[in-house]
Amino acid sequence: MNIDKNARYRTSHEFARKEGAEIVAGISDHAQESLGDIVFVELPAVGKTLKQGEAFGVVESVKAASDLYMPMSGKITAVNGDLEGDPALVNKDCYNKGWMIRFTPTNPSEWDGLLDAAAYEKEAGKE
Amino acid sequence: MNSTHLHDWHVAAGAKMAPFAGYDMPISYPTGAVEEHLITRRSVGLFDIDHMGQVEVTGPGADAFVSKIASAVVLDMKDWDARYSLLLADDGGVIDDLFIYRMPGKWWIVVNASNRATDVAWFNKHATSDVKIKDISDETYMIAVQGPKAIELMDIVSKVKRGGGSKVSEFPRFTSGEVDISGIPVLFGRTGYTGEDGGELFFPAKDAEKLWKLFLSEGEKHGIETKAIGLAARDSLRFEAGMPLHGHEISPSINPIEAGFKWACGLDKDFVGKAAVEKVIAEGAKRKLVGIEITGGVPREGYDVVALGADGSAGAKIGTVAAGMFCPTVKKYAANAFVEPGYAKVGTKLGIVVHGKAKEGVVVKRPLYIPAYRR
Repeated sequence: MNIDKNARYRTSHEFARKEGAEIVAGISDHAQESLGDIVFVELPAVGKTLKQGEAFGVVESVKAASDLYMPMSGKITAVNGDLEGDPALVNKDCYNKGWMIRFTPTNPSEWDGLLDAAAYEKEAGKE
Repeated sequence: MNSTHLHDWHVAAGAKMAPFAGYDMPISYPTGAVEEHLITRRSVGLFDIDHMGQVEVTGPGADAFVSKIASAVVLDMKDWDARYSLLLADDGGVIDDLFIYRMPGKWWIVVNASNRATDVAWFNKHATSDVKIKDISDETYMIAVQGPKAIELMDIVSKVKRGGGSKVSEFPRFTSGEVDISGIPVLFGRTGYTGEDGGELFFPAKDAEKLWKLFLSEGEKHGIETKAIGLAARDSLRFEAGMPLHGHEISPSINPIEAGFKWACGLDKDFVGKAAVEKVIAEGAKRKLVGIEITGGVPREGYDVVALGADGSAGAKIGTVAAGMFCPTVKKYAANAFVEPGYAKVGTKLGIVVHGKAKEGVVVKRPLYIPAYRR
């Protein structure tokens, strides 16, 4: 299992990583591995404000659709348009080229409640 | 939960396993379902389909019995021919779909795993005293070898004993024969469920792992890419090629006319369910199976199909998705859906509701991928 040490995680397998004043989010390597080939990613409109734990989109693997949840509350500033033509980027490079959304956090203290890399690795290892 | 003789091999290969028709089956391998699909379209895919059942029919009344229960004409079949047929209930509902093999002195009927018990009970109910029905599923193993190079690989590994040619490559499509592969007696049918050339192999269950490994090693030795393929890719391969999966495009609550299977009904002979089929033909089907391509989402089984207003807004529900997925070869998101007949024409614009929003779609010609042997 590949873990981005600089990111934090939700137990539902989304990651969040600070980049300047913004947060970049997507799904963990463990998540893409268990979903298998990803064939479609539905992402929110830029400008939308969503609460922590609210669904921001849907990831569709060959066999199933899964909701994606906001790791923190925030206002969407960008989505990864490359996933439209090549959703498999999530399989190939989930933390970088396979990122899903960027947002400005509206409650930055929520960061402290997310799992750090070590805690997430332990959590995901249980599955 | 049943498991096949190759279960341990699948697990060791790192397959994602899941229950299918009462068997713990490989859904995909670390290769990935999309790549497995593409390998089968470009070279050779190897499928463990031991969950399929086989029933042997013998006796003086066997010909009349098979002709009576099968929707398709079968009495013109010669020894070693293999033919697709439906098994219909009296009300015309599809109990199962079958592959029927005629061999010297016997018939073989290949049935779906999930319907095996129902089918065998149905056969017994309709069998006259001069017909012997024998379920040989447990002792018979079944694998499929599919892809544009599958027959080349078969010619390398097999020696023909009896059947439609001196080499497997001489067997016409939809015929079979007895071959020897490294001492294993195999019935080979030039059939399949992927839209590619290739065949399906029946042989003693105890030889499963030996034969499976032999295909993989001979493929490697001869530079023919040969990989194990899971059920996810098997589903997308059959879907693209326009083949039905029982429980989806056909089922006991769907009749052959709705599903586009009039061609598999021999209306000039007598068969169980014929009167019901003729009634649907006379009255017109109330719904029709169509292919729909959509953009902006993945259609899935059970999703609503809706009419679209001039502004693209969702209107009334006019159908339901029977199966839907991403199709790796044609690179489309597509559905098979039952819709009201007025919406069944190719080119009709309609919507499929995906996660609460109607996505624009259009009725397209099926199949999305023309099988290699029909081109």
